Amino acid sequence: MSLAEFGIVFLRALMVFGLLLVATIVNIWAERKILADMQARIGPNRAGPFGILQTVADGLKLFFKESITPRKVELGMYMLAPFLAVIPAFLIFMMVPFGRPFTIGGNEVALVGADLNIGLLFVLAMSSMAVYAVVLAGWSSGSKYPLLGGVRATAQAISYEAAMGLAMVAVVVYSATQGDGGTLSLVEIVERQNGTWAGFIPRWNLFPQVAAFVIFLLAIIAETNRAPFDLVEAEQELVGGFHTEYSGMRFAMFFLAEYINIFSMSAIAATLFLGGWSGPTFEDSVPAFISAILPTVWFLLKTYAIVFIFFWLRATLPRLRYDQLMTLGWKGLIPAAVVWLIVSTISMGFRQFGAPWG
Amino acid sequence: MVEPILFVLMSMAALAGAVTVVAARNPVYSAMGLLGTLFSVAVLYVLQLAHLVAAVQVIVYAGAVLTLFLFVIMLIGVDKEEHWEEPLRYQRSFVAGMAGVVVLMAAGLTFFTDFDWVPAAVGGTDPSRTIGTVQAIAEPMFTDWVLAFEATALLLTIAAAGAIALAHYRRRPH
Repeated sequence: MSLAEFGIVFLRALMVFGLLLVATIVNIWAERKILADMQARIGPNRAGPFGILQTVADGLKLFFKESITPRKVELGMYMLAPFLAVIPAFLIFMMVPFGRPFTIGGNEVALVGADLNIGLLFVLAMSSMAVYAVVLAGWSSGSKYPLLGGVRATAQAISYEAAMGLAMVAVVVYSATQGDGGTLSLVEIVERQNGTWAGFIPRWNLFPQVAAFVIFLLAIIAETNRAPFDLVEAEQELVGGFHTEYSGMRFAMFFLAEYINIFSMSAIAATLFLGGWSGPTFEDSVPAFISAILPTVWFLLKTYAIVFIFFWLRATLPRLRYDQLMTLGWKGLIPAAVVWLIVSTISMGFRQFGAPWG
Repeated sequence: MVEPILFVLMSMAALAGAVTVVAARNPVYSAMGLLGTLFSVAVLYVLQLAHLVAAVQVIVYAGAVLTLFLFVIMLIGVDKEEHWEEPLRYQRSFVAGMAGVVVLMAAGLTFFTDFDWVPAAVGGTDPSRTIGTVQAIAEPMFTDWVLAFEATALLLTIAAAGAIALAHYRRRPH
């Protein structure tokens, strides 16, 4: 590996890191502004223009606060849990392509953290790692409310991961019919959604896989423990849930991980269903650097459309009861995902190979 | 050069995790030791270019099975420190002796026979030569070994259904 290649790999990882941190700053501000708007309030408007520096101010404040360690905590796991929350959150986004590859000095730079052959499986693996942080934080706090939050988180994550995986399978099977053989690489799944049907409908997986999209969307909201599935940190019942006993920078890490997860899960939904960075680049009519940046703009627009749905649902829906959550997961989403997978696979089989009797 | 370094690091992490599983006084720490071992072994799989096996290892074992372990440990309330009392006499010295014999045998085998370091990535990092991609594993599984694959799937379904049936079994009142 030459130094230039190493530099490019390093640069890609750094880009992902920077993008996620900036996106988190914007996300927290956007959530507070959008919620305020929906509830006829003003929202943060003091720090910087439109209050956009509010998150930076909050982050600095948390950084300088004392990190209190309660006496009854299980120290090792208590210290480990915030890191276990943040690391998988960053790693998930490594798989997401966020722009068209471009060339610097003869070296091609792919705008993706890492293009793995097992991209989607890596995403699943990392999102199942995220639950350890919540469970360990809840358990090691040595307090009742966090423990309840942690146990709830385990059950919820296991229930909704199955529906999320099954919705992904339907997309993988569909995109296998759109190119040369099957693929789990997110880069290739995006490339297969380039182009249009009948000249104006984009070839997004959303249109043929609309049921999978709805199931996936519900499942990622539950996976990231967001309202209306935020039983893990239900304020009225559990004080603050699994992070009740955390303060200062350790609390900030949980907060960061939650918002990074929202962003990367939305990015994955945009990649799987909305064509990722694909979109018109107007190469003939605009300068070259604009048409090089446009794919990233499309990607961010699509991602933020889904992030907006997260905020919108939080402002609109009350929290589910625990039994309603389980019923929706096991009796609603999982059977629906299985039925959709079978139906869509059979119809794709008909189209690929013709009717078995004909 | 990266490969031997990673191998040594990950093997040591796997062994440390395994020792933690046995030696930790608290079952939660044992579970986390097992998590460390599973992860390190997954990295070793990646070193052998078996990417799919590594991903499946993390999803199934680290992601699902171990989460259930943790759940059970917390639910039935054994997450307390244990006392280190050994009910079996000579158990500890016997185990220590066995461990010593195994280490000696391994060291002897490596030293006296012609073990050699064979790098997995012989063809460089060319992705088309990797043996463990999803395609490379799926093709034999769904062509040559499809019967065995389907039989395993059926067996797992029977086991799951059987577990549910046993859990719901109630003796009818007379």
